[in-house]
Amino acid sequence: MTAAGGDRGRPADRNNRSAGQNNRSADQNNRRSTVNRLSAENVTLAYDQRVIAEQLSVEIPDNSFTVIVGPNACGKSTLLRALSRMLKPSQGRVLLDGQVIQSMPAKKVARTLGLLPQSSIAPDGITVADLVGRGRYPHQGILRQWSAEDERVVRESMAQTGVAELADRYVDELSGGQRQRVWIAMALAQQTPLLLLDEPTTFLDIQHQIDVLDLCAELHEEQGRTLVAVLHDLNHAARYATHLIALKGGEVIAQGAPNDIVTAGLVEEVFGLRCQVIDDPETGTPLVVPAARKARVRAERAVAREAS
Amino acid sequence: MKTAQKTPHGRPRALRTPGGFSFRLEPRALIVVAALVVAALAASVVLIGTGDFPIPAADVVRTLLGDGNAGQEFIVNELRLPRVLVGLLVGASLGLGGALFQAVSRNPLGSPDVLGLGQGATAGALVMIVLFSGSANQVTIGALVGGLVTGTLIYLLAWQRGVHGYRLVLVGIGISAIATAINGYLMTKADFVDAARAVVWMTGTLDGRDWKQVWPLLALACVLVPLVLANGRGLRMMEMGDDVSHALGVRVERVRLVLMVSAVLLTAAATAAAGPVSFVALTAPQLARRLTRSPGPNLVPSLCMGAALLVTADWASQRLFGDGQLPVGVVTGVLGGVYLLWLLVTERRAGRI
Repeated sequence: MTAAGGDRGRPADRNNRSAGQNNRSADQNNRRSTVNRLSAENVTLAYDQRVIAEQLSVEIPDNSFTVIVGPNACGKSTLLRALSRMLKPSQGRVLLDGQVIQSMPAKKVARTLGLLPQSSIAPDGITVADLVGRGRYPHQGILRQWSAEDERVVRESMAQTGVAELADRYVDELSGGQRQRVWIAMALAQQTPLLLLDEPTTFLDIQHQIDVLDLCAELHEEQGRTLVAVLHDLNHAARYATHLIALKGGEVIAQGAPNDIVTAGLVEEVFGLRCQVIDDPETGTPLVVPAARKARVRAERAVAREAS
Repeated sequence: MKTAQKTPHGRPRALRTPGGFSFRLEPRALIVVAALVVAALAASVVLIGTGDFPIPAADVVRTLLGDGNAGQEFIVNELRLPRVLVGLLVGASLGLGGALFQAVSRNPLGSPDVLGLGQGATAGALVMIVLFSGSANQVTIGALVGGLVTGTLIYLLAWQRGVHGYRLVLVGIGISAIATAINGYLMTKADFVDAARAVVWMTGTLDGRDWKQVWPLLALACVLVPLVLANGRGLRMMEMGDDVSHALGVRVERVRLVLMVSAVLLTAAATAAAGPVSFVALTAPQLARRLTRSPGPNLVPSLCMGAALLVTADWASQRLFGDGQLPVGVVTGVLGGVYLLWLLVTERRAGRI
């Protein structure tokens, strides 16, 4: 461990450390990692002509719960799309198990890496069991359409996500939280060692947000799956992630364990928000407390005076 | 609560054989398909028996099995059977084409009728009739080309960056309007004989269809139906959005392209053979879906529903108004129009329009 270990219980340090130190610890983190299953190497990501990120390199540590945070439009979701083969990098490459992901057969990728996108449409009149069953698609073929194994996995996935008793209900009758669990069950039924989740807690109330994150933590801890999630809430990210990647403008600003990298300096650099970082009284992880409006306004005026 | 009345249709069952093969079965869908096939065949037999020389159903069946008398054999096999076969094939093609369009656009209004494929094929046919006074074959080819050009246009204007439900419908309505304008212009240019011929063609009719129309349609169906069904599982996944299906390992772009080209070919060929029989492509998939109560594109049920609908409509038009009096397109138009209104009202209630 680096100096971060000594930070515990001394929140003032978290607030004073500069972003430069964050980068150093991020570098150490990079060097430590050996060959991971999923990584992006110097990728340039663009939609048509709009470039989102250039020369971006990211490693997803095996068996981690990696969370990607950053301000809106920083390229979080785009990075996730690239990691899941949905967006072809215009330069660089995404490697899955040492192979360029684009060159692999689609179904093979889908058996290794699952993705729960932000926008998913439940077909009209589909039942929970039916929807979860669709997660078995990459394991099926014309002559193997619905095996006993498929049935078992679907049952288990529904049990793990706590939607087993909803099996015969229609998806469109469910609440938002239940629906998100069903979609996660579908992604689980895919039985992939890597699972990518794009903002799985958006549009959920606080109870269901925690509910979904607990479920993710369980999947990570008990089944050893590698999880990658894009989250908006920094405090949730710091609490649940084992590895945090902070993005801004398509660049990795810092990465590492939340305890090592989340500081007031980092939050200000990435989100442009003055704040204090204290210890979460429940978990001891960093807790970001935005500065009061008046304090922020005062600080902004001071900066403006200096500039003029 | 309204939703409480809906009973889940039960989970799909599986047929498993030694050797690790397994097939997914939906009992309700199977029953619907069987019932529709029986209905289509029964309507066909009745239709063959209908006309200036009525033949009892039992005799029709006997003749079809090669056991009838010479006079009946001529009427059945040479005159009426090809017409009925064209009807079945056209209906099946339109039903399947419509189901494909609606599934890919994820919109019940995204069907070839609304998108102007029929109008485009008509424009092609009218060019042949009015400008070249072409033969029946040339008109058929003209309609086919018109349909394909329209399909390509829709693809270029609305499809390149993925489908967005109502954008596709709006582009289609625009194209439909342009094609209608062209058709109107061609009609005003036409002389009396050509204009009469054009109007009959434009309404959609099965009158005077013979074996020459059967074979190309059958050949096309033999190629396209297996191709479409092989991609049907991917299409089921695409119902959940491009992202999810992509994540599940569906080659979304390829499946979509293959299915759209097939759908345009099926629709254009059907239109070329029988004229723009309206609304079968729109209604058949929706009716099939309501019968099977199953999510998914319901490809086979839609195909059977299209065939049954068209043959029944043809029988109704003959029965009610006499042979050759009323083209089948009028009947499907009336039925489909009522259905479209109902669909718009319910869509509006569901807040989708």
